[in-house]
Amino acid sequence: MSTLTLSGVNKRYDNGAHAVRGVDMDITDGELIVFVGPSGCGKSTLLRMVAGLESITEGEMTIDGKRINETSPADRDVAMVFQNYALYPHMTVFRNMAYGLINRGMAKSDIEAKVRETAKMLRIEDFLERKPAQLSGGQRQRVAMGRAIVRSPKLFLFDEPLSNLDAKLRVQMRIEIKRLQRELGVTSIYVTHDQTEAMTLADRLAVINEGLIEQMGSPMELYSDPKTLFVASFIGSPHINLLPARFENGQLQVGDTAMAGFDALPQDVPLMLGIRPEHIAPHADGAFEISVDLVEQLGADSLIYGAVAGFNGNEPHELCVRAGEASQHLPGERIKLNFEAGRAMVFRQDSGERLI
Amino acid sequence: MSNSFWRTLSTHAILICGMIFMSAPVYIAFMSSTHAPETLFNEGLQYWFGGHFFETYNEVLFVEGGVMKKVTASRMLVNSMILGLGFAIGKVVISMSAAYAIVYFRFRLAVPLFWVIFMTLLLPLEVRIVPSYEVVAGLGLLNTHTGLIVPLIASATGTFFFRQFFKSVPEELLEAARLDNAGPLRFLIDILVPLSKTMIAAILIIMFVVGWNQYLWPLIMTTEETSYTIVIGIKQIYQVLSEGGELPQFQKAFALTILATLPPVLVVLVFQNWFVKGLVESEK
Ligand SMILES: Nc1ncnc2c1ncn2[C@@H]1O[C@H](COP(=O)(O)OP(=O)(O)O)[C@@H](O)[C@H]1O
Ligand SMILES: [Mg+2]
Repeated sequence: MSTLTLSGVNKRYDNGAHAVRGVDMDITDGELIVFVGPSGCGKSTLLRMVAGLESITEGEMTIDGKRINETSPADRDVAMVFQNYALYPHMTVFRNMAYGLINRGMAKSDIEAKVRETAKMLRIEDFLERKPAQLSGGQRQRVAMGRAIVRSPKLFLFDEPLSNLDAKLRVQMRIEIKRLQRELGVTSIYVTHDQTEAMTLADRLAVINEGLIEQMGSPMELYSDPKTLFVASFIGSPHINLLPARFENGQLQVGDTAMAGFDALPQDVPLMLGIRPEHIAPHADGAFEISVDLVEQLGADSLIYGAVAGFNGNEPHELCVRAGEASQHLPGERIKLNFEAGRAMVFRQDSGERLI
Repeated sequence: MSNSFWRTLSTHAILICGMIFMSAPVYIAFMSSTHAPETLFNEGLQYWFGGHFFETYNEVLFVEGGVMKKVTASRMLVNSMILGLGFAIGKVVISMSAAYAIVYFRFRLAVPLFWVIFMTLLLPLEVRIVPSYEVVAGLGLLNTHTGLIVPLIASATGTFFFRQFFKSVPEELLEAARLDNAGPLRFLIDILVPLSKTMIAAILIIMFVVGWNQYLWPLIMTTEETSYTIVIGIKQIYQVLSEGGELPQFQKAFALTILATLPPVLVVLVFQNWFVKGLVESEK
């Protein structure tokens, strides 16, 4: 149960890689924060700096108001769950979970009780005498969680803990992690490159790009009000539709279609129109026309993919439309679409800054 | 079908020839050791059991003056055992700690130092035997077990093997241990040693045999009979046996040879499972 603050945190590796660039962040008690971003953006580095496994080149970190820059990993009282679990292969599940407690000098009977209680919570009490090699992936994952939980740390740190599991198990464990985190109320940081995982788990999420925090906020905030092109394109599944655009004569020129209702946009700057698939609908008098390539029936609704007419060939002009279940379009068909102009976003292509 | 038949036949033939070639001398030595000295002197090497097995081996192993002037074969076996074990354990301990330092403590000179250690492969004891003798003699360690073992235990090969092994241990294990409040020593003892145990076993076995078979160094640095190892005993026995103009006691020399080969063979046979495991698999 703790708060964590980062101010002006930077990481430069010895080889010159500037992996984390000036991160400021306040994490309040009991929050589950997700760091999300593409591979190589520096999320693991940032997490490992919180754990004390990487030094902090610049800036300050505090836990509960106390500076921890120079504190050793063990004394920070944080627990980490690794992507490959990092269980001690020669120790039984019990020993794996007890090891940190033994090293902290806890009494034997207390350790026994604590480990059993945690194992019960994670439903691994039947495996306590097994070695990690005798467990399935999901069970190992639980043991790794158990090893973190049993210590009752101030912070939980997860580094892509589910990426070695199959899809179904991943969803199950995701729900379970969320439940456990709620129950235990331990402040947590969870790192993932999977935006669905990020959206479903997070109280707040931080989208990281090349060592910078692009935006931080609740999942819905980031979805409906992204501040940059990067955040808009990273969050959401299927992805937001992006079409190159220009502002000319008081209208937004998208391909050979002019959209009204936009003003005060800079002229002569390449822009990008962003619109989410659910904010487009087939409409008899729609301004845009696509030729359908593919229709995915998802049951509750369907996704229509197609290319927008009026673009020259080398600009991206693929579009995805989320339509109601009734839509019965066939590949090759041409349909007209209407954009909800009020939900459309406009970004600068060069800086990625959101204008509308 | 017939192809594979001939193949099986020829491979087996080759293997059988090789086996006979390798083991025939040992067989002849063993058979000859069970005969009386007169038989050997008159008729040469023997190919079947004679009636003097207990007599010969008893005298060699337990009777003072039975084989050397004073020392018995059992004493020499003990010396060899101490050398073999000390050599093997010393090598494992030294090379493991060296590799641990090189891999896990990222000090500036770790890499050059590793290559310096590796280059000592070019300087085996035979090359540096005079200075080594000088040092050991200067320390007054001639004819002691310490003097026998210590100059031999530094091991570039062992360091290399452990280094490669430690490098293959996932980094996260170290990190998990750090978060679990395990210091460097704890990590070594609680995690690295158990993980390397098959590797340790394999190196111990190989090094025991190598140590047992050491020849040049013990030969130079043991001058008293009581510190002879059994290998040195074999070398010295011919001198001792042919002194005094009596009938040479060749059966005893053969018996000594057989006794010298037995322990390494037993060690390898008993631990061969571990040995193979250590070379081919690891628990990570
Ligand atoms: N030990 C290291 N030494 C040098 N550069 C590193 C090291 N670890 C990571 N990096 C670099 O830092 C950047 C961020 O890496 P990382 O935090 O692992 O990314 P992520 O976890 O988001 O995929 C990458 O460009 C990577 O190449
Ligand atoms: Mg990572």
